[in-house]
Amino acid sequence: MSVVLVQIQSCTVDMIRIKCPYCGERDHSEFSYGGDASIKYPALDASESEWTEAIFFRENIRGIQKETWHHTNGCRLWLEVERSTITHEIKSVKPCHPQIETITKNKL
Amino acid sequence: MTRFNAWNVFKNGFTGQKNWDRQWRDPEPKKEYDIIIVGGGLHGLATAYYLAKNHNKKKIAVLEKGWIGGGNAGRNTTIVRSNYMMPGNHEFYEHSLKLWENLSHDLNYNVMFSQRAHVSLFHSPSARDGAARRYNVMRLHGTDAELWDLETLKKKIPHLNYDDARFPIMGAAVQRRAGNARHDSAVWGYARAADSLGVDILQNCEVTGVTRNQSNIESLETSRGSIKAKKVGFAVAGHTSVLWQMAELGNLPIETHKLQAFVTESIKPLLDHVVVYGVGGAHFYISQSDKGSMVFGGDLDWYKSYAQRGNLPIVQDSAEAAMAIMPFLGRVRLLRHWAGVMDMSMDGSFFICKTPLSNLYLNAGWNYGGFKASPASGWYFADLIANEQPHKHIQNHNLERFEKGINIDERGAGPDPKLHG
Repeated sequence: MSVVLVQIQSCTVDMIRIKCPYCGERDHSEFSYGGDASIKYPALDASESEWTEAIFFRENIRGIQKETWHHTNGCRLWLEVERSTITHEIKSVKPCHPQIETITKNKL
Repeated sequence: MTRFNAWNVFKNGFTGQKNWDRQWRDPEPKKEYDIIIVGGGLHGLATAYYLAKNHNKKKIAVLEKGWIGGGNAGRNTTIVRSNYMMPGNHEFYEHSLKLWENLSHDLNYNVMFSQRAHVSLFHSPSARDGAARRYNVMRLHGTDAELWDLETLKKKIPHLNYDDARFPIMGAAVQRRAGNARHDSAVWGYARAADSLGVDILQNCEVTGVTRNQSNIESLETSRGSIKAKKVGFAVAGHTSVLWQMAELGNLPIETHKLQAFVTESIKPLLDHVVVYGVGGAHFYISQSDKGSMVFGGDLDWYKSYAQRGNLPIVQDSAEAAMAIMPFLGRVRLLRHWAGVMDMSMDGSFFICKTPLSNLYLNAGWNYGGFKASPASGWYFADLIANEQPHKHIQNHNLERFEKGINIDERGAGPDPKLHG
């Protein structure tokens, strides 16, 4: 019985729900997926291979990854989300820009 | 292996068709192979088949973590076409289409290849011009291609929504030799043909670790024990990054995304062609299977995922896209939908190439288009593994192309994998 329940629960995450720090919890269809949030761009005068690595190469994590989402049909904040690429479960959500975090806190 | 032919069907008729050999053996893994292909999908099995057939290689194994036909081979929408424009791509896909044309005879297995024409609708004068350019490039390279104006299209497919579609249909770019094949038959056919040439197909054999030294792979650790290999080919699109990192090779120009497909209940013959269109964000393709189901699909789920199940917004998007040009589908019930995970590469093109390890070869990055590519993929990957030299058609389909600035970007979408639909 418990096995069946677990399977049903794991199927209910087809619609991802993202807790926007400004707007509250919303369907992911309000958001646009950005991409890998762990990319660090090198200095402008870095070598071509460093730039190639940053622009074209990805760790493509099977597990929990940091990624960006844009609340396109909401407050239009860019968010940094920790999400599992296996179960789609979300671990954390915060604004990408730290200064915006203080502004939204004051608002809320 | 008993060949499929009229005489054998007749002969087995006397014993109730019960005495056929099994399609492929279920051997125990040997301690060592000359060549191991990881991934028993269409690409891996085709590679093993052409290694044995074209290059006379022996001692080949294909490792499959599940069962044959249970991965992306069973999760696609079975469309075969060669309407590509970029150098390298059009030769490659045209070769693939030619292999499809003779595949049933070659494999002695009916892959039900049906050249019913691939009809790509256009909805604006600029889209027509874009299609004309692409299809003229195809004609210059000897591929069949034609443009249908609205009158011709209405005659061929009279029941599309020509009256009040959100984006009015203006005509279509058509490849007549394109069409569908039966996905199960293709993968089973390759498995059976490879097996009959001595290839060991090892199912339920998941690679759990890669033992390597500085410059090459020594053995693969699997759920059925450690297996040594002189040469290893990875053909596990969808999970390439996982295996790549198991071999401690770092990052790849690939993200794993999922794509859904949909099947309706069976209905009487309704659609004789593969019909495709793309307008704005929407992207849609539909055909009717031999069983009568409408098989269709749309866009990716838009976020990275290894989960083999789809999300709800894309179900709605695809249904809307279907209704936009075929409103008569509104009362047809959806039977099943599922998702497959795929390697979306940074420029939308594939990789068949050497790797930093001297005895490891990579076949990956098939994006949306792995099914139609599988015969040529196996053909050129086998050629690379056997001759250690990439064929000229795939000489730029390697991991170095990004640093060199020779991206093969059919769509011109830039380095964002999810945009290369």
